[in-house]
Amino acid sequence: MSKFKKVAGIALATTVFAGSAFADQIRIVGSSTVYPFTSYVAEEFGATTGYSTPVVESTGSGGGMKIFCADDSKESPSFTNASRPMKVSEFKTCQSNGVKDIVGFKVGFDGISIAQSKDNEPLNLKIEQVFLALAQEVPSEDGKSLIKNPYKKWSDIDKTLPNKEIRIIGAPTTSGTRDAFDEMVMEKASESFPAYGGEDYKKVRTDGHFIPGGENDNLIVAKLAQDKNAMGYFGYSFLEENHDKIEGVKLDGVAPTKENIADGSYPVSRSLFVYMKAAHEGKVKGVGEFIDLFASDMMIGQKGVLKNIGLIPMPQDELKKVQKSIKNRNKLNLEMVKNGVVLPL
Amino acid sequence: MEKNDDYFYIPQLKKRNRNGKIFKWVCASALISALFFLFIFLFDMVRQGYPAFTQAYIETEVTFNEDLKSNPYSAFDSDSFSIISRAWMRGLPRMMDEDPSLKGTEQKIWALANAEVDQYIKGHPHKLRDREQKIVDRMLEEGSIESKFNVIFFLTGDSKIPENAGFYSAIIGSLLTLLVTMTIAVPIGIMTAIYLEEFAPDNKFTQFIEININNLAAIPSILFGLLGLAIFIIFFGVPRSSPLVGGMTLALMSLPIIIVSSKAALKSVPATIRQAGFGLGLTRWQIVRDHVLPLSLPGMLTGSIIALAQAIGETAPLIIVGMIAFVPDAATNILEPATVMPAQIYTWSGMPERMYIEKTAAGILVLLTILLSMNGVAIYLRKKFHTKW
Repeated sequence: MSKFKKVAGIALATTVFAGSAFADQIRIVGSSTVYPFTSYVAEEFGATTGYSTPVVESTGSGGGMKIFCADDSKESPSFTNASRPMKVSEFKTCQSNGVKDIVGFKVGFDGISIAQSKDNEPLNLKIEQVFLALAQEVPSEDGKSLIKNPYKKWSDIDKTLPNKEIRIIGAPTTSGTRDAFDEMVMEKASESFPAYGGEDYKKVRTDGHFIPGGENDNLIVAKLAQDKNAMGYFGYSFLEENHDKIEGVKLDGVAPTKENIADGSYPVSRSLFVYMKAAHEGKVKGVGEFIDLFASDMMIGQKGVLKNIGLIPMPQDELKKVQKSIKNRNKLNLEMVKNGVVLPL
Repeated sequence: MEKNDDYFYIPQLKKRNRNGKIFKWVCASALISALFFLFIFLFDMVRQGYPAFTQAYIETEVTFNEDLKSNPYSAFDSDSFSIISRAWMRGLPRMMDEDPSLKGTEQKIWALANAEVDQYIKGHPHKLRDREQKIVDRMLEEGSIESKFNVIFFLTGDSKIPENAGFYSAIIGSLLTLLVTMTIAVPIGIMTAIYLEEFAPDNKFTQFIEININNLAAIPSILFGLLGLAIFIIFFGVPRSSPLVGGMTLALMSLPIIIVSSKAALKSVPATIRQAGFGLGLTRWQIVRDHVLPLSLPGMLTGSIIALAQAIGETAPLIIVGMIAFVPDAATNILEPATVMPAQIYTWSGMPERMYIEKTAAGILVLLTILLSMNGVAIYLRKKFHTKW
């Protein structure tokens, strides 16, 4: 019996001890694109300060918002990563669940690059050509009605393009990369065809010329190295890391490089965000110090370390504005969310 | 004489023998192809994974002074900066705190080389510039770069700096999770099996339960994750990502398997043993405790160990309860966030940096070793306690 008491006592003590230790640890959820950057900062934070290393979970932007906005208790995540700005509906959910004060933080940019095997001739595509290769329905010859996509080869779209079968491997619909690609390539290109009647068109063909890859971009890279006819799109960091196997396809004459993504000339780049619960500062240990470290020049500046793992830093003047806004802990309001920004208007 | 032979001659015999031979070879070729795939898989994993067990180190001179403590990165010139790991430099101030005698001295220490240098030495694709390659080549000749056994892999947790990434916290997380699973699933599973097999009356209700248990054993594991999320996290408020919630979820998953295999072990005890017991006037409880249970224990243990081995390699339900996360610190108890071995392998497989490819394969090798030794224990127990009738 005494043995049992002893065991029970130890178990209880661990529980109580752990119960208090648990709330001391920052929890972060959200986008898989921002995940590597946030975890890098989390690791640095744990290694260089006395605080324990924050736990970073990769749940996708939407999934992260759902958990982030669910409640304001100190056990809930203090931050969520997002590869797109917070939506108005999400902001409203947050407000109604008691997550009133949110600080938005822009981390930098990420480009989505289209790539092919390095053995191929370098290629320059127009966004419209990529659209015509991927859309389920395309404008007919006279441009007045929509027909089922007849293009089987790139040369069917434009005679100057190579006589090769169209085969594009891309992200599945659950991925933030896919959302961003659909918005910045498909929807944008559809605007230049009157046949869609000004509607944003993003339906992707399902006849085998577009192949949805998994969430694992390394697999797409391996496929491209193997299959000379295939093209694929994924986050820029995977292109940068695999320059020996694959090369970027120019879009509208602009190559996917760090410089072109940062100055906005490369057409497929997006902003990455982190949202913070302002009320957690003081409730969860280290929340303020963590966001200050994240916003520092050492992390997201032009020479910051996150640049080495694929983040594309903001231009200097924008960076200064973001840092100032973080320092003042400017809270999000409905107007800012509607405009998709985190800096005060 | 000849006529006598003919009497036994069966015309179809030749064909039958031939068919028998073909069948034998078809079965054997199935085995051969299975072995072939296994060999290819193992060979590929070992080929990719073994470089991860060594790691390049660079001999560097470090002056331990106040500058180093306030900004460790500034103490290195740009050449050293581009070949030494950031993770190592970052740890220097802490090294000074832990050993005050270093202060004010100049030391020659082996610094962790960064991933690019390591990959260059291993002959893998790397991103070193020509200038840096020359420096590394020269240092290699001088012997101031050495490949050593990679202790970091077994002593640290996950890291976004590839050369600093290790498997330790995932191993600890897996052990804690398995401990929870074992404490919950094994006793409950075995006792359920004993009740159903030895005590419960055989009626419609118990038959219904048995059918359900058999069905549960075949349910996709991700559904148990959803159940765990709904019941343990949302309803009971168990901390997300903790070995406790992961262990309980996996326990739900292993329970049916343990029950089914324990029932089979109990069934294999001959009815004569029980009848002899009753004949001597023993109660059912005495028969189960002293005779049936000891005889069926090896079978039960084997079943439990195989169920637990399956649980240790499971990822799908753990994604849902938040164990696929970046957790560099090893958990010290079952309520702290943790990650598990298969989750760590999954995370590494999706990283862009090249060095994670070998880490992924090395992680798989470690996981396989642990699984093999668990199965080995199961086989040993079966052999050791096996009773012949």
